[in-house]
Order: sequence, then structure tokens, then C-alpha cells
Amino acid sequence: MSETPANRPATRIVGTPQIRKEGVKKALGRAKYTDDFETEGMWHGATVRSSIPRGRIRAIQYDPRIPWSEFVIVTAADIPGNNHIAMIGADQPCLVSERVNHCDEPILLLAHPNKRRLPEAVAAIYIEYNPLPAVLSIEESETQREIIWGPNSNQGNIFKQFHLEKGSIDEAWASAAHIVEGEYATGAQEHLYIENNAMIAEYSEESGLTVRGSLQCPYYVHKSLMAVFDLPAEKVRVIQVETGGAFGGKEDYPSIIASHAGLLAFKARRPVKLVYDRMEDLAATTKRHPSRTRHRTAVDRDGKLMAMEIDIALDGGAYATLSSTVLSRATLHSTGPYACPNVRITSKAWATNTVPCGAFRGFGAPQSIFAIERHMDQIARAVGLTPDEIRRRNFLHTGDTTATEQRMNEPIILDTLLERALQESDYHAKRARFAQQNPHSAIKRGLGLAAFYHGAGFTGSGERYLNSLAGIDVPANNKVRVLVANTEFGQGTGTILSQIAAEALGLSYDDIEMAPCDTSIVPNSGPTVASRTSMVVGRLIERSGGQLIAMLRKEANLAETYSASEFFAACNRYRKQHGKVESLCRYEAPPNVYWDDQKYRGEAYPTFAWAVYIAEVAVDTVTYSAEVTNLYTVQEVGRVLNPTLAAGQIEGGVAQAIGYALYEKVQLKNGHMVNNQMTNYIMPTAADVPPIQVSFEEIPFAHGAYGAKGIGELPHDGPAPAILNAIQEATGQSFRSIPLLPEDIFLRFLAHKPAEEPVTA
Amino acid sequence: MSLIEFIVNGQRTQVEAPPMKRLLDVLREDLGLTGAKEGCGEGECGSCSVRMNGELVNSCLVPILQANGAHIQTVEGLAIDAELHPLQKAFLECGGAQCGICTPGMLMAATHLLAHNPHPTLDEIREGLAGNLCRCTGFIKIFDSVIAAAAMGGNHPHAR
Repeated sequence: MSETPANRPATRIVGTPQIRKEGVKKALGRAKYTDDFETEGMWHGATVRSSIPRGRIRAIQYDPRIPWSEFVIVTAADIPGNNHIAMIGADQPCLVSERVNHCDEPILLLAHPNKRRLPEAVAAIYIEYNPLPAVLSIEESETQREIIWGPNSNQGNIFKQFHLEKGSIDEAWASAAHIVEGEYATGAQEHLYIENNAMIAEYSEESGLTVRGSLQCPYYVHKSLMAVFDLPAEKVRVIQVETGGAFGGKEDYPSIIASHAGLLAFKARRPVKLVYDRMEDLAATTKRHPSRTRHRTAVDRDGKLMAMEIDIALDGGAYATLSSTVLSRATLHSTGPYACPNVRITSKAWATNTVPCGAFRGFGAPQSIFAIERHMDQIARAVGLTPDEIRRRNFLHTGDTTATEQRMNEPIILDTLLERALQESDYHAKRARFAQQNPHSAIKRGLGLAAFYHGAGFTGSGERYLNSLAGIDVPANNKVRVLVANTEFGQGTGTILSQIAAEALGLSYDDIEMAPCDTSIVPNSGPTVASRTSMVVGRLIERSGGQLIAMLRKEANLAETYSASEFFAACNRYRKQHGKVESLCRYEAPPNVYWDDQKYRGEAYPTFAWAVYIAEVAVDTVTYSAEVTNLYTVQEVGRVLNPTLAAGQIEGGVAQAIGYALYEKVQLKNGHMVNNQMTNYIMPTAADVPPIQVSFEEIPFAHGAYGAKGIGELPHDGPAPAILNAIQEATGQSFRSIPLLPEDIFLRFLAHKPAEEPVTA
Repeated sequence: MSLIEFIVNGQRTQVEAPPMKRLLDVLREDLGLTGAKEGCGEGECGSCSVRMNGELVNSCLVPILQANGAHIQTVEGLAIDAELHPLQKAFLECGGAQCGICTPGMLMAATHLLAHNPHPTLDEIREGLAGNLCRCTGFIKIFDSVIAAAAMGGNHPHAR
């Protein structure tokens, strides 16, 4: 674990391993998730989905053997408001009325009192189509032969594009000592939260629509429901209940399932629960964007980067969802943590007739970091440097500028992170040993590096637009409540924000509780995404605490030093005068952080988390399986607010990223996921995860809660390139796309015998 | 419908249910024991794990008829009154639970492991928990929790 740096302020509660706020009920098995709620008179819902990737609906037939009068059936015609899901755009219908744009697209909704009657009814609705040619890959979309989204022009099929230039790239090629080119690809990935998407809705004329369910962003759902139901804000209420994992998979999708549950409840006039089973969840809900990234890089004789030309293509699926912001984050992470005077990046998110891609931990960064970190190893080989040395010579340092001309004013300690990672993994000694042993062994071992940053918080002007409001109140029960719309789904939101509130108020952790995450109670503190909760929302809670103390000192005689009972007595006095004790704060951007949306230039992120990861692999040349045998992580994430939770984030993210690299393949057939079961969509198990070493360096960020930066997404960025770099070291084979399954290794080895000569140390 | 008599967490229990109704559904719907969760419905994720006659089973794969006369232990039967089982304490303190949805099943798998092997090695823990998927923790803190529980005497009276 990390040592305490001298510049870290002393804290009582922040920085300590407090027990998870909702931990006891989870350990007792008493935490109630959406599917655990049953209410009197509740019906169950199901969804009828498309079976083709693109076409027009010609007719819908209802099998007369089903007693349809027992069911409530909802079609697009039943939607009281707009038939669209309000996200960044509004292109995605809530229910298909005519045109199908991907497999498993929702067309009809059914509800019945007995959930066991639903599968048969779903199967008894026959939808006839006039099929249209489907576009199923980035490459097909790029040809623009079929325009499936947007204008019928050369802008067709493009959800979003960016073009970024720094310096004068065209002059660099002529004087380069080496020009290194490469193409890298990443596949879709399923979040595989263990709790499937689930929502319960009820509707009444007096109180409007209430949905409760498994979700990350209550106010995103709230906004979507207002549009679908044409209801004012106060007639829509969204409540998050215990959520069994999310990882971005419950950022955008819950707006859809909440609308569907709501429509059924609206028509049935009774509560309706809509819970997906695993096959439906896998087939129909969002995935990580597949990507293809091309690099062309000029380097000088010493391995210094002279020019980087980067072209990124993301597969967004059938609708725009969050693709524009995923593409932006991919673009802004595509140069890696390196200084380069001349950069050109072009990036596009393409439409295809596949299930829309959405948010997933890392949000575009894992894709472009995979490409640059694999590419850096190819550059190292071209120049004749070791993987660590090529990076050391090109790292960003304090005062350097990024591709968007952001001057890095915060301290950057990549050199320290690298040295520590090399030391902890015993990199050079092991690398020499493996080079000696590999030629004589069927098991080829190797080490691979990845260095990377992850921008914390929303990209560009995002946080200014969000304009989050959060705070605390003190009800008469002598507990402080944290008022945020940020959700707990395993990462520790409730714990971290309670620690921050306790610290700021001079109280104990047990004096704090989380207000129910209910839009009728908590303000809009923004979505629980983008590694922003601790840093941005935590800071609002820290400020709200300071503000409350000042209020109580001024108006309720709170002394300079006080006990908990004196604090609550002061709150009681204040409440008598003012009716309530509440302190809210609104987001203020850190000074000198300015982003120009038009020019796509400026401070892309207020700060960055930094890391160097080293993967150690063993590739079995008999079974063709690649196994990660050790993973060393060294990161600088600002102040670590809770060491147990922070390490848990890193370990969990690393495991998920190992799955991304080596196990998890979304297999589509004519646009439908055919391995939509846990039996054949394989994630790492307890038997598969390697020892994961977690080390932190801490440089407090002045504008994050008690120095915090973002942490949650960072660990998904580095493992995949580190693992494939290690596999290249082990086998001499350069694999450029993930997931890399044993059959891929087998095919390559069939074509090229594994390197017999020792890998140079 | 069949009349099923069995013992759930030490209590003699009767339910009338279709014989092929899954044990998971009987526990959750008929008995209100919602600790066991459905993650996949096909015996892959282990979040519905319970113990039946001392064996660890995926309750989504057990027709209730098969449970007739059986002793069933669920997560709700781990704590004695308010006192947490050593594994529950360890999961809390070591960070073995994040989102918590796999936790009930994971606790039952760990209980089963410690009942047979009170001081497992790390490899034995990995193998013992390999049928239970967790997407949050990367399993590391779950391993730590089991090791800590074993040190606390994880083979609790209720763990048999």
C-alpha cells in the first residue's frame, strides 16, 4: 500500500478503510434488488423483439390460441408523448412503429398477472417484415452504399466525427528515422453485471409515474420518461433500488426499460415489473463499442515521437446513444501519455444495424489506449529500444502540452510510476530469464507494459453543462443525510460520500447516512459515470459540509470546537428558526480549465489519473491458451479516500479487462448475438484471475474532494494492451486485435511456428 | 401440484408447488427468501447457490420435487440472530462484497468450502469458488475474506 506523502493533509476518516455503508444488509442477504420486490396486484412484463437487423414491419399476427384479453398489449401507438428515448439526441424509438434497425429491437410489450404465461405469449406473436439490406460492420458502413442513419450524402452513417491537428504533421515524415504503421481492433464487450436489467413502474393520475429499479443515473431516466409520457418533471419520480452491478451498462439502457415498464403500468393501471432474463439482457442491451484504430508514427533516431497520425473508427450500433461522447473520450486518449509536437487525429463513430453500443467503464479510452500501447511496442522494436525505454523517452511531463494544447499544470509522475512498476514486477531480471527459458519450454512466458492516463470527470465542457447540485441535510433524527442523485452499485458511492461528509463536518462516519436515491428527494448531482463521483460530487459534499458549519456558527451558536451532540443541538436550534437544516452547493469549474467545443481544443479534463501496468503471461503452445500469471498495477489517482474500496476498484477493473483481452467475445450472426448465455460468453472466474498487485502514489488534486481524482475506469484501460504486449514478448507473434482467444493463437501458430530464437532481452 | 416438506434453515417447512418448479423460485416466491438471486438461470453464475443436504447446489437447476425431505441452508440461515457468521464479518471487513448481488451465493459457496476444509489454501479457495461469478471485485478481496474467515474460525456451528 501507499506511503503517506508529506503534502497530504491530515484527515480522520477520509483515507481510512471504513466499512461499506450498506455492507451489513448485503452480507446478510437482505439487500433488496428490483426483482426482490413483490407488491399486491403487480403484473409482470415482457418484450416482443425484432428478429431481423433491418426492414419494415409488414404485419403483426396474434396466435388465436392465446387468450389475449388476459394480457395488456402496448404498441408504439400507446405512447402518450414522444416515441423516442431522450439521450444526447432523440433518434432511438421507444418502440418500433414501422422500421426495424437492429435485431432484438423492442416492438411490443406485454403484461400479465402470471409471469410464467409470458414466454409462450411472446412466442405467439408473429411479425412479418419486408427486409432491407443490413449494414453489419464498420467497413460496410464506411462504404455508404446503404445509408441507415443521417443524411443521404457523404455524411450518412456518421454519428459523430472529430478532427484534431497540432503542429504541422505533414512536414515530419520526410525527416523521420522510422515510420511505424499499425492497425488495431477491439471487439464488443458485455458488462455482465450479475443482476440483469430490471424495473418496476406504477402510474396514477394524482401522482403520475413512479419507476424504481436498477440504474446508474436517476435523472437521465427522469428526462426520458418526461418525453415518453409527456409529463411535467413533478409527475415523474425515479427511485434507484439496490443495483447489482452496472459498469456503464445501466447508464443509458435503463431509460429504455423504464419507459417500457412505465408504458405497461400506464395502460394496465397497476404496478408492472419488467425483469430481463440473461439471454434477453445479453441479446438486447448495450455493449462496449467495437473499434478499429490506425496509427502512423514518425520517430527520430533516438525514439522520440515526431508525428502521430491516428484514425479511429467506432461501431456505434443502430442509434446514436452516447456514441458522440464515447468517440470524444477515445479521441482524447488516443495519443497515450506521450508528448508529441505534431498530431493529427481523425475519428468517426459509424452506424450499423446492430444493438446500439453504449457506456462501458472506460468509455472509449480502453479502445484507443489498446491501440497506442500496442503500437508503442512496435515502435520500440523498430527503433531497437526496450518497451520501458521507448515510453520513458516520450512521457508527458509537467508543463508539456497534449494534442488539444492542454498545458499539463498538475504534477505528472509517470517516471516514478514506471520505475516502481518495473521494480515491483522485477521486470528486467524476469525478462532476461524468460528469454533464456522460452526456447526450451512449451510454455512461453513474457512481460508486457502499458502506460496510460484517464481523464477524470466529464470530457471538455461536460461538467459545466451538468451544473451539478448536491449537499447535505440534517433531519430531526440526529443523522446527517447526504443528498445526491449518485448511485451505489458496488463502487462505494455511499461509503465514500459518507466519509467525506463526516470529515467535513467533524462528525463520525456513523453519524452520516445516504438519503434515498429518489428524484423527489435528492437534487440532480449528475450521473454516476465518468469517474466523477468522488472527485466532483465528493467536492460538492465537502463544500456543503464547510458551508453548513459556517451557517451553524453564524446562526445557531455552534462553538469553534464541538462534540456530535453539540452539533446536532445546534442543528435543532437552526431548524427551529429556519424550518430545515440543509446545505447545497453547485459545481464550480476549477480555474484555468476551459474547453472550446467549436475548435475541440483546450483543457479536455481538469485532471488525469495516471498508471503503469505490467502483465506477465504464459502462453501454452500445446493448448494455445494464454494465461495472465501476474498483474502489477501502479497508479496515481490523487488522494485515496478508502484504501479497501480503491484497491477493490482496481482489482475488479483489471479482472474485467483481462476478460476483454482474452475471454469475452460477442458473436453476432446476421446482427443477433448468438452466444447470449453465460455458458458461452465467458468471463474470468475465481480460477482465472491472477494475483493482482495494487500500488498507489498519491498527489492530491486541489479541486477534488480531499484531493481525490477519478479511479473507477482507469483499471480497464491498461491490462489488454499490457497482456498482448506480453504475448508478443513470449511468442514473437504480434496480435493486434482483442479478444484474443485460443483459436486465434492456434490459427496464427499454424501459419507461423512460434519463435524458436530467444526473445531479445 | 405436489406437497413438498423440507427443512429450510432449520425450520420444518411445507409448500404446495408444481413438481418441476425450481427450488430458487420456491425459496423466493413461496417462502420470501430472496437472498438467493437469479443471475443466469442455467447454473453458470452461482448467485442462486444454496446448500442442500450439505451439498452446494445451484437452486435454479433443482426441481422442487428433488428437495422433498431435504435440509436446505440459504444465506438467511447464516447469521445467528443478529450475530454475523465469521464469513459475513470477513466479507464486510475485507471488501468481499461490492454490488452484493453475488454475495449470498458466494457466502454459501465459501461456507461449503470451509465446512469441508477449514483452512484452505489459496488454490483451494479459487477452485471452491470457481462456480460463483463476481463481476465487481476481481475475486481478490473475496479470497482475502475467506482466508480471514478461516482464521476467525469460519467453520461456525451453522456452517455444517
